[in-house]
Order: sequence, then structure tokens, then C-alpha cells
Amino acid sequence: MAGKVKWVTDIEKSVLINNFEKRGWVQVTENEDWNFYWMSVQTIRNVFSVEAGYRLSDDQIVNHFPNHYELTRKDLMVKNIKRYRKELEKEGSPLAEKDENGKYLYLGLCVFHRLMFSVNIPRRPVQPWIMILSHRFKKCVPKDSKTSSFVSQSNKEAYVISLYINNPLLIGGRKFDLRLYVLVSTYRPLRCYMYKLGFCRFCTVKYTPSTSELDNMFVHLTNVAIQKHGEDYNHIHGGKWTVSNLRLYLESTRGKEVTSKLFDEIHWIIVQSLKAVAVNASPSLTSSTANDRILKYNLINDTLNIAVPNGEIPDCKWNKSPPKEVLGNYEILYDEELAQGDGADRELRSRQGQSLGPRAGRSRDSGRAVLTTWK
Amino acid sequence: MLQEESDLSLIIAQIVQKLKGSNLYSQLERQAWASLQRPEIKLESLKEDIKEFFKISGWEKKLQNAVYSELSVFPLPSHPAAPPEHLKEPLVYMRKAQGSWEKRILKSLNSMCTELSIPLARKRPVGEQKELLNKWNEMGTDEPDLSLFRPVYAPKDFLEVLINLRNPNYENGDSLSFRTHLGLIQVPLKVKDIPELKECFVELGLNIGQLGIDDSTQVPPELFENEHVRIGQKVLAQQDSAAAQQYIRQGSPTALRAELWALILNISSQPEDVLYYEQLKTNVIQHDLLVDSLIYKDVKLTASNDDYYFVFEDYLYQVLLCFSRDTSVLSHFAFNSASPPKSYIRGKLGLEEYAVFYPPNGVIPFHGFSMYVAPLCFLYHEPSKLYQIFREMYVRFFFRLHSISSHPSGIVSLCLLFETLLQTYLPQLFYHLREIGAQPLRISFKWMVRAFSGYLATDQLLLLWDRILGYNSLEILAVLAAAVFAFRAVNLMEVTSLAAAEKKNHLRELKSMSLDDIVKIHGLFWLF
Repeated sequence: MAGKVKWVTDIEKSVLINNFEKRGWVQVTENEDWNFYWMSVQTIRNVFSVEAGYRLSDDQIVNHFPNHYELTRKDLMVKNIKRYRKELEKEGSPLAEKDENGKYLYLGLCVFHRLMFSVNIPRRPVQPWIMILSHRFKKCVPKDSKTSSFVSQSNKEAYVISLYINNPLLIGGRKFDLRLYVLVSTYRPLRCYMYKLGFCRFCTVKYTPSTSELDNMFVHLTNVAIQKHGEDYNHIHGGKWTVSNLRLYLESTRGKEVTSKLFDEIHWIIVQSLKAVAVNASPSLTSSTANDRILKYNLINDTLNIAVPNGEIPDCKWNKSPPKEVLGNYEILYDEELAQGDGADRELRSRQGQSLGPRAGRSRDSGRAVLTTWK
Repeated sequence: MLQEESDLSLIIAQIVQKLKGSNLYSQLERQAWASLQRPEIKLESLKEDIKEFFKISGWEKKLQNAVYSELSVFPLPSHPAAPPEHLKEPLVYMRKAQGSWEKRILKSLNSMCTELSIPLARKRPVGEQKELLNKWNEMGTDEPDLSLFRPVYAPKDFLEVLINLRNPNYENGDSLSFRTHLGLIQVPLKVKDIPELKECFVELGLNIGQLGIDDSTQVPPELFENEHVRIGQKVLAQQDSAAAQQYIRQGSPTALRAELWALILNISSQPEDVLYYEQLKTNVIQHDLLVDSLIYKDVKLTASNDDYYFVFEDYLYQVLLCFSRDTSVLSHFAFNSASPPKSYIRGKLGLEEYAVFYPPNGVIPFHGFSMYVAPLCFLYHEPSKLYQIFREMYVRFFFRLHSISSHPSGIVSLCLLFETLLQTYLPQLFYHLREIGAQPLRISFKWMVRAFSGYLATDQLLLLWDRILGYNSLEILAVLAAAVFAFRAVNLMEVTSLAAAEKKNHLRELKSMSLDDIVKIHGLFWLF
């Protein structure tokens, strides 16, 4: 008997609930028999914690993989990248190549030397670093070397120190970051999708690398949660641009090759990070502007279409490769089965400008993008 | 035959006259002198040898581009005895209407001036100058009190004036016939009909590939896109304006657009041009103009709130404030039906020696003016180049969208073309909208006045402006506006009021429309 999918959520967001209801799915409580549970981060942690001993049955789906939090925790990412590198080395993969000094060419980590701080020398250009608290995603304001002590939030927590890039790409004189949505439907084989409608978030204040402005949060941190409180925050557009605008701007002002290379490299980083195994925690489902609400509604809609095709009751034995029509605004970022299947040059080019797909092993000699199959 | 010849020699004489004063002329002279050193230049065949040298070195091409540019911009001379007003606008009643409209604008500006007790212009104290110089790259963060300023006029005010235009020599007659024009514009100007449009816009026909349409997902790139890009690169390598203009009729690849437009508009960004821009910047620093506040207000009201253009707010100030002070813009009034407003030094009213044009470039910005600049920010991020491109676009095209004239690319003709197309080919829709008090022009007017900037998504808008440059005409705006109505005809038939027709959804829809949609489904294919 083909029943309706039974759903539960502990997040009261309209973009979720409207999507469930429009599919005619049935809302149940978590104690009842459910098929689809959109869990908050806390709940996921409980469900998948060792003590819980909870096991999903074959007809149940949740919105995160057990180790999803590893991608958001920078310290765990470091561990994962190191482990991933070792695995690749064992396989003899070109990605694990090192140069003559033993430094990894593609998967290298910055080495933090105390000596990189200038020692109380006025007007000497400082290389700022950014300190990231490992648990919550709170970024500290980058400190420069003038004080040798740092304000620590808690003695026990691990910090990750990251090189701060002093000359970011600016548009209209402003710094921006990218918010991209990636859906992973399976890890082994890796199948992931990139939402075409990602966006850029702009700072409201002009960027300046001067030391005096290091303390000005609005210049450096593009997080909307922070920008929202700046005086110049605009509630109509929310300081956001679509990725396609970014693409148009870059192609128009810098040319197609450079732009394509940029996006390829972004996609490469994403796929490699996923392979190093970790998944982001919950993206914000709060909508800040009307456009934003529409975007997130459509995002969840397309997500559900891929994760729960045809609204059928989940079955873990599925062949989980959905047909092209249900992708909506997602594009295939990487499909391991397809990539390994015929081993041929599979290039999925999207006419809207984004070149995604299993374009593999960058041989980075002289920056030529060579299309080989990812291993 | 004789007439043609004398026309031609008149044109040549005019162009030579214009180019003689240009930088290109002195460069050519210098090059000619320098070439005398070359072994291939022989005294016996001096003229031919130098000509040959120019050809090989690419200078002839530069000259060709300059001539082509003049031909595109300057209207063809009419009767040699025609007075200069005729070059501005041949029809008397149009001239008169433009004159009274200008008087109204100026009155509005002056009264705002008096009410607020702000001078039209004032020299900035040194402290203020320094401050402005420091803030030059982020004038957007300034929050001057603009609440008392209002835009001098908005497109809908202008529309009312156009609606009331009448040709005193033309008797419309009270009886309705099938010839009666049901639209708002009631002047008998000649506009193209479909067969004429087809002939004119032949490259937009079904059988010819288009960017924005034939590079969509379903069409493999080998069929059109790749070849088109290759040709574009070749055109750029040749640096040929005329070829570029022809090429761009099929749309420009994103990566080539900035260069192509510069080539078509004959903008080459010489050091003198950068210097000129810097000079304008200095003028801005030293003097404050009342129109500056109008510009600020306009940017804050329009571009700052736009999804695409808010990023470039600061560039808009850098361009528009300089634009207001650029007296070289005054030369375009020779063929613009409008005339620059004149003002007099205090106490010297009526004395011509003390007359000045205000603002210095003679152009008073209206609500939405900054949207002419905004899309260009996607192409040029160097301020002086951005400035030059905008200025050239203005004196070739945009001025026609807010002055009253009989020119085929003038806003009056565009409105009439739009209404005629709709009435002829979608009479049921036209009639229905008219009945519910939603005259189509009331909806589409603002699209056309702004050349669709802020109404279409940027990538689509740029494809549209490609065609404006390619055909050296704004008629495509009217055609597109009609096509949008055709595209949405079914929905519009169900609408019951002007408000409903203009609802926000409708506007948002326009932003999500692509030329692909409009052309394929009903729109232009229906026309062509």
C-alpha cells in the first residue's frame, strides 16, 4: 500500500512546513512511525551519539549525515584533510603530490610560525591572522601582533588559526563572501549537487586593510547576522547578489577563462572537502528579505525532490540517482558512480554559465585546466 | 545625382571640420611627420606612401572609426539653408512644447532653490574640500539630509506632457473610425510598421542565430555560440567600429562586451581622457551644486535599492557628479530638441555676458536618471572609462528618452510605435486594457524612458543594449515593450484595473523574464 510520507520536524520554519504540506505529506510526532525527520542540530547530535544507540530503519531519512558537523569544525577539518591526504598517498593519487621540499602541492596547510608576527615594530606591515573558535562558528576579530595575548573564550577549547587574506577581491570597493548550497545525497558513492542560486553577501562598509579598521567588524565580516546591525544595512536587497550576477560581472570585467577557472576551483574545493568527509551543519532557514524567503522555499523544494524522489516512502535500498528533471535548480556537482563508471571525459556544462561536473584532477602545471577523470 | 553629390560633400566638409579640432587629428599629423624618417616613404610619391603607411600601421582604421562615429551621432544635414533650430527639431509645435516643458522644470528647480534657501552653486570651503576628497571613494556612506529635496520631475509627469501634445495643423476629427488611434499619444508621427521593422532589424529574424536565445541549454554550442565568439574576437583584433556594430546585432558574448562597446562608441581612454576626468573631479571638489543633492537623492531612491546595482552606489556618484560639470556635453544640444537652462550671475539678469548654463552640462537629472549609469558598472570598473562610456551613451541615445522631439528614436515616436504595434496586432488586449482604464502606455512608459534599466535582469538588459548600439536606434525598446505585452497577453486579459495590471508581481516577473522567453513564446517571433 503506497502510503503518504510521514514527516516530523523540530524546527518551526515556514519554508519547511509549506513544502511538506504541499506534497500532501502527513505530519506525525517523533515517537510515532516517521519517514522523514528534519532535525535541528541538537537533535541530530542526540540521535547519532554513541550512547543513544539509535538506528534508523530502512524507510527513514534525516536531513544530515551522522558526521555532518565535521565540516563546520575547523579543527576536525584539519584532521580530516590530513587523513584524506594519507589515504590518497597510499592510493598513489596525483592529488597527494608533494614538491621538492616535501610540501603538499594541492592539499597543503599553512604553517603557523610565531615569527610571522612582527614584534612591536611600528608601521611595519602586519600579516593578520584570524582565530576561529572550534565549536560554535564565532569568528574573533583578527588580532595583530601588537598584543601578544589573546582573549580566550574558554581555556579548554581548541582554536584554529587561519591566514587572513589581506587583498580580497573587492566589488564596488566592498568585501563579500559566497553562500553556496550543496546537497549530498550519498557519501559512498559520493553524489552531490550544487544549488545554482547561491549568493554573495556584501559588507556595507568599504574595505580597507588599514590597521585602524581591523576592529571594525562591518568591514571584515560579511555575515548577515552582523551586517544587519550596521547603519547602512538595506532591507530590500539585504546586501546580497546572486552568484550569476557575480559571474556576469567577473566575465565582463575579467574575461571568461579567469572566471571559469575561479568557479572550477571553488567546485573543486567543495568536492575535495566533502571527500575528506564532513558535512555542514544547518544553514540558516531564517529569511531576511522577501527574495530570500522565496529562494529558501525553492531550495528546500528542490532538496526534497532529490532526497525523496516522487514523494515515495524512503527505502535505503534505492538506487539514489534521480532523473535530470527533478533537479530543479540543482546541478550535479559530482557523481562518483558516473565518474568511475565509464572513466571517460564527462563534462556537464551548464548553459547558464556555471561549469560544473566531474571535471577532475587539476594538473596545475602552468594553470591549464586539464580534464581528466577524478579518482 | 548632383544633389546627392553636394549632400555628400557637405557631410564630408562637416566631418572634416569636426575632426580637425580633435586629438586624433594632431596624432595623425605627428605620425605623418614621424613617418618621413621611414625608408619606404619617398618624396616623389609622398602622398601615396604616407597613406599606405597609415593603412598598415592601423591609423587609417582609427580614422575610419572616428568618421563612422561622427556619422552615427550627427544627423544628416537637411537643406543647407535650414536654420540651426531645424537640426535640433524640425517641427515647430514640438519645439514649442519642449520649450514650455523646460520652463516648467526650471521653475520647479528655482522654487526648490528659493524654498530651501540653497544657492544653485557655491564654492566649498577648504575644509569641506579636503573632507570630500578623502571620502571620494565612499560618498555613499554620507548621509546628508535629503528629506527636503524632491526630484525635479518623474517619468509620469513627463508622460502627461506627451499625452497633451497636439499638432495644430492636424485635424483628428471627432468621429471614431478604424483609423483612430486609441492610445494616449495623439500626434501624427511616422513610425515603422511590421514589414519595415522586419527590414530594418533583419538580423533579429528567425533564421539567424542570437545570443541570449541560441546559446541556451538546448542548443549545442557548436551550432552558433562558438563561431559567434570567434568572430567577435576577430572583430576586436581588427579594431573596426563598423564591423563591431554589425556584429553586435546578434548580441555580444559577455567577455567581449566591454571592449566591443568601447570600440563602437569609439572610446579609447587616452591619457588626456583620464586627465579630463580628473579635472572634472576637481571641479566637484571645489564647487557644490544644487543638482548634486538631486543626484544623491536619485541614487539613494533608485540604484541603492536595486538588487543588482546597490554594490556600485559609489561609482554612480563619481560618474554623475562629474557629468553635471562637463561642459563638453553642451555640444550635443546642437541636435537635441532640448536646450540647456540658462542662468545669470546674481544681479546681472538678462545680461548675456553674465549668462551661464546650469548645470554646466545643461542636463537636469530626473527621478531614475542614475539608472542609465548603473548597468555600465557591470562592464567597466575604472572610473574614467566608465565615465566616458556613459557620457557617449547619453549623447547618442539616452537624451532622446527625455526630450520632446519628432526623431524616430525620440520618446514620442517610441510611445507611438508601441501603441500602434499593440493596437494593430493585439487589438482585443488593447481595447480591454483601455476599457478598464489601464492604457498600456501608462505601464510601459517607465520601461522605455529608462531603457528597461532596473526592469530587466542585468544580463538580459545588456543584451538589449547590445541591439541599441548595433542598430543605432532606440526603436527596439518599443518593440520589446510590445512583445512583453504579447507575452503576457493571456494574464493581462483577466486583469480588471490599472493597479492590478501594475502590481508588484508584474514587475518582479519582468526581472525574471529572459529575452529567450519573450522572443520564443509570443513576442518577437510573432513580430518577425
